[in-house]
Amino acid sequence: MPYTAATVQLLSPEGTLVHSDASEQYLPYVDKLSDDVLQEFHRHMVVMRRFDIEAANLQRQGQLALWIPSHGQEAAQVGSALAAKPHDHIFPAYREHVIARIRGVDPVTILAMLRGISHGGWDPKEHNNFHLYTLVIGSQTLHATGFAMGLGLDGLVGTGDPGKDTAVMVYFGDGSTSQGDVSEAMVFAASYQTPQVFFLQNNHWAISVPVSRQSRTPLYLRGEGFGIPSVQIDGNDVLASFAVSTANLDAARAGEGPRFIEALTYRMGAHTTSDDPSKYRAESELEFWAQRDPIARFETFLRGRGASQAFFDEIASEGDDLAADIRKRILELEVPESSTLFDHVYSDPHPTMDAQRKALADFEASFEEGQ
Amino acid sequence: MTETMTMAKALNEGLRAALGADSKVLLMGEDIGPLGGVFRVTEGLQAEFGDKRVLDTPLAESGIVGTAIGLAMSGYRPVCEIQFDGFIFPGFDQITSQLAKLTARHEGSLSMPVVIRVPYGGHIGAVEHHQESPEAYFAHTPGLRLLSPATPHDAYWMIQEAITSNDPVLFFEPKSRYWQKGEVDRESSGIATHASRVVREGTEVTLVGHGAMVSMLLQAAELAAEEGTSIEVVDLRSLSPIDYEPLVASAQKTGRVIVAQEAPGNVSIGSEVAATVSERAFYSLEAPVLRVSGYDTPFPPAKLESVYLPSVDRILDAVDRALAY
Repeated sequence: MPYTAATVQLLSPEGTLVHSDASEQYLPYVDKLSDDVLQEFHRHMVVMRRFDIEAANLQRQGQLALWIPSHGQEAAQVGSALAAKPHDHIFPAYREHVIARIRGVDPVTILAMLRGISHGGWDPKEHNNFHLYTLVIGSQTLHATGFAMGLGLDGLVGTGDPGKDTAVMVYFGDGSTSQGDVSEAMVFAASYQTPQVFFLQNNHWAISVPVSRQSRTPLYLRGEGFGIPSVQIDGNDVLASFAVSTANLDAARAGEGPRFIEALTYRMGAHTTSDDPSKYRAESELEFWAQRDPIARFETFLRGRGASQAFFDEIASEGDDLAADIRKRILELEVPESSTLFDHVYSDPHPTMDAQRKALADFEASFEEGQ
Repeated sequence: MTETMTMAKALNEGLRAALGADSKVLLMGEDIGPLGGVFRVTEGLQAEFGDKRVLDTPLAESGIVGTAIGLAMSGYRPVCEIQFDGFIFPGFDQITSQLAKLTARHEGSLSMPVVIRVPYGGHIGAVEHHQESPEAYFAHTPGLRLLSPATPHDAYWMIQEAITSNDPVLFFEPKSRYWQKGEVDRESSGIATHASRVVREGTEVTLVGHGAMVSMLLQAAELAAEEGTSIEVVDLRSLSPIDYEPLVASAQKTGRVIVAQEAPGNVSIGSEVAATVSERAFYSLEAPVLRVSGYDTPFPPAKLESVYLPSVDRILDAVDRALAY
């Protein structure tokens, strides 16, 4: 049982609001939410779970080299993503597909990476400050911290002007907490009192290695050790994810320094389609977390507030439409021209790129001439 | 009009000019503030520009480079100091897997104007990890540019050019030359950033090198001239990309090329120069391109560095071997 009395949970697995010492300060954030907003939370979770299933199918059918499932982590991602303001900056790891879509990244752009078409390629400035995925574990935490240092130098922190004050949210996983970069990021963040929130999705498995191999202490206590106020939440509770992220992003924007949130969640599927979880984890553990599913409990909650069956039918249908749409468009993606190899290695003109671009073009042309 | 100053002072003046020219330029590194860096290259700059422009960082090289990447993403032009050559490796992943690749990964929408200053090389009698020449690791990495000045004049200009580059630049400073004086012309650099340069003309053998090696090559050329051998010396200045035109022209003139470097020879800058000169000046060569390098061993304890590092005698020995073909 990973939860303790300190774990912030606002919505129980049974779908009822939780009143506890840990939850009390965060419940007001939920009280302010309209039914429409709450239903948006649900829509994002349901639609993206459908997307996730379709992407895994595409991989199994040979259309993607790999898929990175996010099944089970929808509440941690949707709640925190909707807590961020449009001008905040988000640095993802590589499993934050729900957040990518919320910030305006076309899901097909994500799939293109896994089809071998690109290494990302979107411009964060044109996608609501959602930065590229980072596959080297934990590297992005330093980029986020440096970016947040820049916000501080720019005077975009603690001015009291909600249009100006900006925060950075960086996502990382339980495995990454063993990487030196994550510790260095917390050292720099604490030292320069950066406006940022470290959002740890503890999904309990780093491929096949359990979180117990990474840490003997609850991971949110790591943040405390660096002098960063830290909190552990039920990451399968979208309300806790939203409320605690909102409170901590507000503190970061106000100039109170960095914050750390550990969201306890669970990777219901494989790390990627390349591994087989049945080799390393017990069925009983999966069952434990299935009973704490983020979508099921939130559906119960919404039905209790009077959400109609028509709403649930509509979002299921929206998910199916998205699945059909991505299936169609992924198959239409074209392989980039060979000369694009050289296009963006450097920003300024570079003689080696010019020479090799020409050499490749001449080589390819030599075949055409021979026909 | 020129001024006489050391390379350390020339770098200091170049950094001062860059900080003054663009408010987005930041210096960051270990001990670069009140101390002015262990080699005093940043002396006085924090006092002049403040601690928001010249940042003493926590002691973590990956952290320095990784946060510099984030600062560059937010519009700054960070100039990182790595305290010694052998301490760059904790930052190697951020340099090679992140800094070097981010512009390509963004398909051009993001530039990475980050400079990483690295005091490098031997001849200072220091302890382990303080005298190395790691430039080949970075020259091997697409997306990076590498510069290494040999004179105070080039140091003054090249550091400013590195800072205005929109690409990441590894800036290798030959620390054994920090205290040697030379003339600096503040009016004009006189040469393109990535150009190599013939620094002594000759007809029989071409010696090519970079950084601290250039002054040694000039000494060797002087001694050879006394023996009646005419030697041309080429200063590479830029290690990535390398400007081969002056070097190939020199090879075509002399027919004999020797490349010298402090780094171990195996898979080095010298290897690349030798291969390229062989490809491009093949019919002009009278002898194989020879390499004079550090041995393929760890950098030794300081009392053995004069054995390990190329010397004037080893260079002249190579000249004799080249002429014997």
